[in-house]
Amino acid sequence: MRTPFRWLRRNLVVIAGLLTLAYLLLPNVVVTVFSFNKPKGRFNYSWQEFSTEAWQDPCGVADMCGSLSLSLRIAFWATLGATVLGTMIAFALVRYRFRARGAVNALIFLPMAMPEVVMAASLLTLFLNMGAQLGFWTVLIAHIMFCLSFVVTAVKARVMSMDPRLEQAAQDLYAGPVQTFLRVTLPIAAPGIAAGALLAFALSFDDFIITNFNAGSTVTFPMFVWGSAQRGTPVQINVIGTAMFLVAVVLVLAGMLVGRRRNRKST
Amino acid sequence: MTAPVQAPAPTDGAPPPAGPRRRGRLVPYWLLLPGLLWLLVFFALPLVYQASTSVQTGSLEEGYEVTWHVATYGEALGDYWPQFLRSVLYAGAATAGCLLLGYPLAYLIAFRAGRWRNLILVLVIAPFFTSFLIRTLAWKTILADGGPVVGALNALHVLDVTNWLGATDGDRVLATPLAVVCGLTYNFLPFMVLPLYTSLERIDPRLHEAAGDLYARPSTTFRKVTFPLSMPGVVSGTLLTFIPAAGDYVNADLLGSTDTRMVGNVIQTQFLRILDYPTAAALSFLLMAAILLMVTFYIRKAGTEDLV
Repeated sequence: MRTPFRWLRRNLVVIAGLLTLAYLLLPNVVVTVFSFNKPKGRFNYSWQEFSTEAWQDPCGVADMCGSLSLSLRIAFWATLGATVLGTMIAFALVRYRFRARGAVNALIFLPMAMPEVVMAASLLTLFLNMGAQLGFWTVLIAHIMFCLSFVVTAVKARVMSMDPRLEQAAQDLYAGPVQTFLRVTLPIAAPGIAAGALLAFALSFDDFIITNFNAGSTVTFPMFVWGSAQRGTPVQINVIGTAMFLVAVVLVLAGMLVGRRRNRKST
Repeated sequence: MTAPVQAPAPTDGAPPPAGPRRRGRLVPYWLLLPGLLWLLVFFALPLVYQASTSVQTGSLEEGYEVTWHVATYGEALGDYWPQFLRSVLYAGAATAGCLLLGYPLAYLIAFRAGRWRNLILVLVIAPFFTSFLIRTLAWKTILADGGPVVGALNALHVLDVTNWLGATDGDRVLATPLAVVCGLTYNFLPFMVLPLYTSLERIDPRLHEAAGDLYARPSTTFRKVTFPLSMPGVVSGTLLTFIPAAGDYVNADLLGSTDTRMVGNVIQTQFLRILDYPTAAALSFLLMAAILLMVTFYIRKAGTEDLV
């Protein structure tokens, strides 16, 4: 009688953790299951019958794939911009001494500690006052702005844990500053830069609040989903959601396997 | 300790070796300039514009003028204090929920997952790649009236308790505060789990053994060793969930009703539909000030200054 009770007590934290994981994944399960639904009305909220129609015709809804490609394009350029600018700031913060360091840190921290709706509304005020045409460019500007701080944090963590003696060693072996940077510094910092870029891509691609304020009549994928929640949700939305989840899991697992194999080879 | 690597003695006439610290004093400024300029123009300057908008009067047709009409703040607060209060309450409840649900998961990943650790981490992050709006809409299905979840909550008499607390309404969960808090908790849970995991993972497992050797029971070990050492993660996790949850309007809109509107919903309608810019700017400024105040106070109280 005591043993199962003891087992339960010892593994309570594991059970609770797994329940939380289930809570986190439940919506994804629902999204996947309902991508095979054939709803009767305009909304895809209750189960009717099994069908693969949506999977066979993922772009069958007007404007959806257009909004998807727009979101991917914005995410690509925002990632590029935020990663370049953010990496430069991170290197400056870790490697150099300069004045007004505290102010610089605050300026980088504040966008992460600010509710999105505040940034969204104030940026819209700026654009309205400047008479800027809302659309692709205003969204891109906004996305680079809020992704920047996250890239800085990710790259900074990696550069900080780097052994500076590696660079000194490269210079002792008569490598010039450019060569040292390209052949030693950059490869070591690469995982941090990659993590920052991945984070920026995910943040930009999925952003709704800031985009909704500053997009004018341009429609990104999250804005399309938001609009469809009012007008009627096509099953194709679930198809895209499921496909993206699977692609992400497969890519990350493949990356982990490659990394593990490389580690085994090098040891 | 290894001896420091000796720099080669510079030969006469040749420039000194260009070490990263010696390469000229202007380099850090050139590295900082583009990114900081971007943040100044598109993050800091807009806040100034917003502050000025909040004290303007006028109309959309005739234009606005700065008249230092500070009364807008009082009016906005008088009209919308319930939404403000709701934002703080819902965000607070969601943060507490995230901490309660997220701590066991972070603990599991850090100490008990073994070779499953990376897989579980991937599963925590992977939902991000399905648009959060799609995932939030899925809660409409999960919490549907008469569905299995609501039926189970009813059978367990959970709904009786939440009804009494005013968090649900009769047999419904959807369109009630409970649904909104549930959506907020779900959406920001990974922002709690990841910082918690990072700080738990840094704890030397030998400290647990030492506590055990000194006859501390598991619960005492947790209270006196594990939890205090995970405080940095608790602080950054609660901030990373509370701040976005307080400004969120998506969950209140998709899962709630007109009785669950939060301050984010008001700012959004004022700005994008009613086009009353001064009121919207004042509300947004109040939200920012409230959150900055709370965050400063909280960080002081929790005693971790090195968050950045």
